[in-house]
Amino acid sequence: MSDTMNETHVALGGDTTISCTVNGQAVSVEVPVRTSLSDMLRSALELTGTHLGCEHGVCGACTIVLDGAAVRSCLMLAVQADGTEIRTIEGLATDGTWHPIQQAMHDHHGFQCAFCSPGFMMTAVAMLEDDPNRTEAEIREELGGNLCRCTGYESIIDGVLGAIAEMRDGDGGVA
Amino acid sequence: MKAPPFAYARPTTLDSALELLAGNDDAKVLAGGQSLLPVMNLRLGAPALLVDISRIPMLDRIVVDDDGAVTIGALVTHAAVEASPEIASHQPIVAAAAPHIGHRAIRNRGTCVGSIAHADPAAEMPAVCLATDAMMIATSTRGDRAIPAADFFTGFLETDLADDELLAAVRFPASPVGARGTVVEVARRHGDYALAGLACRLVFDGDTITDAALAYFGVGPHAQRVAPAEAALVGTSGDDDALDEAVRLVAATLDPPADVHGSANYRRHLAGVLCRRAVTELRSETGEAR
Ligand SMILES: Cc1cc2nc3c(=O)[nH]c(=O)nc-3n(C[C@H](O)[C@H](O)[C@H](O)COP(=O)(O)OP(=O)(O)OC[C@H]3O[C@@H](n4cnc5c(N)ncnc54)[C@H](O)[C@@H]3O)c2cc1C
Ligand code: FES
Ligand code: FES
Repeated sequence: MSDTMNETHVALGGDTTISCTVNGQAVSVEVPVRTSLSDMLRSALELTGTHLGCEHGVCGACTIVLDGAAVRSCLMLAVQADGTEIRTIEGLATDGTWHPIQQAMHDHHGFQCAFCSPGFMMTAVAMLEDDPNRTEAEIREELGGNLCRCTGYESIIDGVLGAIAEMRDGDGGVA
Repeated sequence: MKAPPFAYARPTTLDSALELLAGNDDAKVLAGGQSLLPVMNLRLGAPALLVDISRIPMLDRIVVDDDGAVTIGALVTHAAVEASPEIASHQPIVAAAAPHIGHRAIRNRGTCVGSIAHADPAAEMPAVCLATDAMMIATSTRGDRAIPAADFFTGFLETDLADDELLAAVRFPASPVGARGTVVEVARRHGDYALAGLACRLVFDGDTITDAALAYFGVGPHAQRVAPAEAALVGTSGDDDALDEAVRLVAATLDPPADVHGSANYRRHLAGVLCRRAVTELRSETGEAR
């Protein structure tokens, strides 16, 4: 955590320095104080996998995992993320191998234009890490805050169910 | 869109937060940001200074008294309310509201007290506060005061809170013996703001309703109770005749807004449907008091 945690941090307009961990790497960036966390990720850190659909919390495309919980990166200021641990879509694959959710979404045709996909996958990852034994009804409920204009959702739900099967017993559930 | 420019302060003590609020005309508290940042991104608001209260100690506590009263601090998120076994056992109507609020990612950041301070007409928590006679604990450099829910919600996104006051906590008094509560609503998509909603608490003595609170949201400029319909339920068992009369009085009392999501008449109709649903649900509940 940065020093600013222990005293009143004041930024009177102008720029401010943010120190946090992104996908396992410690980063320190200077951004204007009004910068959203999503813009910090996309512009300052060039992690453009986090997408912006609405910028007021409705579509879910910008969802990331912050300190273990799914959050809307468009509804956080970068400065609020000072000292936190952030994971984005770019951090899911390890050494060129897809995360089970990425593989399962691919296998079940959960991507069409894929604008919504990073948000869906980060929401799903936070949900499954919290409790991997999810019913279909719970998955539908938990993913209900993310919008997709292409797939009609069924293939996305199938993808998440497939990821659960894969993570449980190495069976992606594809017929 | 992006938020207009502002200055930002992140105090680490309550006193310094209160001084910042007292010393700046156009300062706003930033809690979870799940209402304030959309407002700023849509350029519907442009405060000069944001006072981020997230690093102030002790405000994230849920305190349960021996008698079952529950005090929820300003930094307790909707997700923490939803997950709290104490709130579920002592104030089930508060727990019942939480899953209706936005989506998981919104509840992970948004605070219970922030939704009360924001006072959206379609928000669940203000109605729950009215149904339970909750107390708002406000604090400023001028001192503390407790504001009853009935006096707190004064208009569309307006409350009795002064510009220099911070809402430190909300206190739900012990539930009366025999009380049962529920929150029911109709929304276009689960998690969206409700087209119409009802926080309902009934106190039963055997099969007889001895006290009733019907607190509606989404059907007026702020959450509101419907006293005539409440009176029609008291002394009955909530049977069909009593319900018909209560529903008639709900429709006669409420004056809901019309917008793209629904006409005034549709919302009035929903309000009646919700009254029936809530009372029927609570009547059929046996055993455990809520
Ligand atoms: C897509 C979406 C859907 C949503 N759906 C719902 C829903 O169905 N039901 C619902 O109730 N809400 C809903 N919300 C709003 C959510 O509940 C917010 O969390 C809540 O309204 C505000 O809490 P916050 O901590 O985020 O406050 P902030 O956004 O930080 O602040 C909101 C306002 O309250 C003031 N404020 C906050 N805390 C305090 C305090 N302690 N003292 C004084 N003033 C304070 C701020 O100055 C600001 O004016 C939704 C939000 C989004 C983005
Ligand atoms: S861009 Fe954040 S929710 Fe739509
Ligand atoms: S795949 Fe195009 S929006 Fe979901």
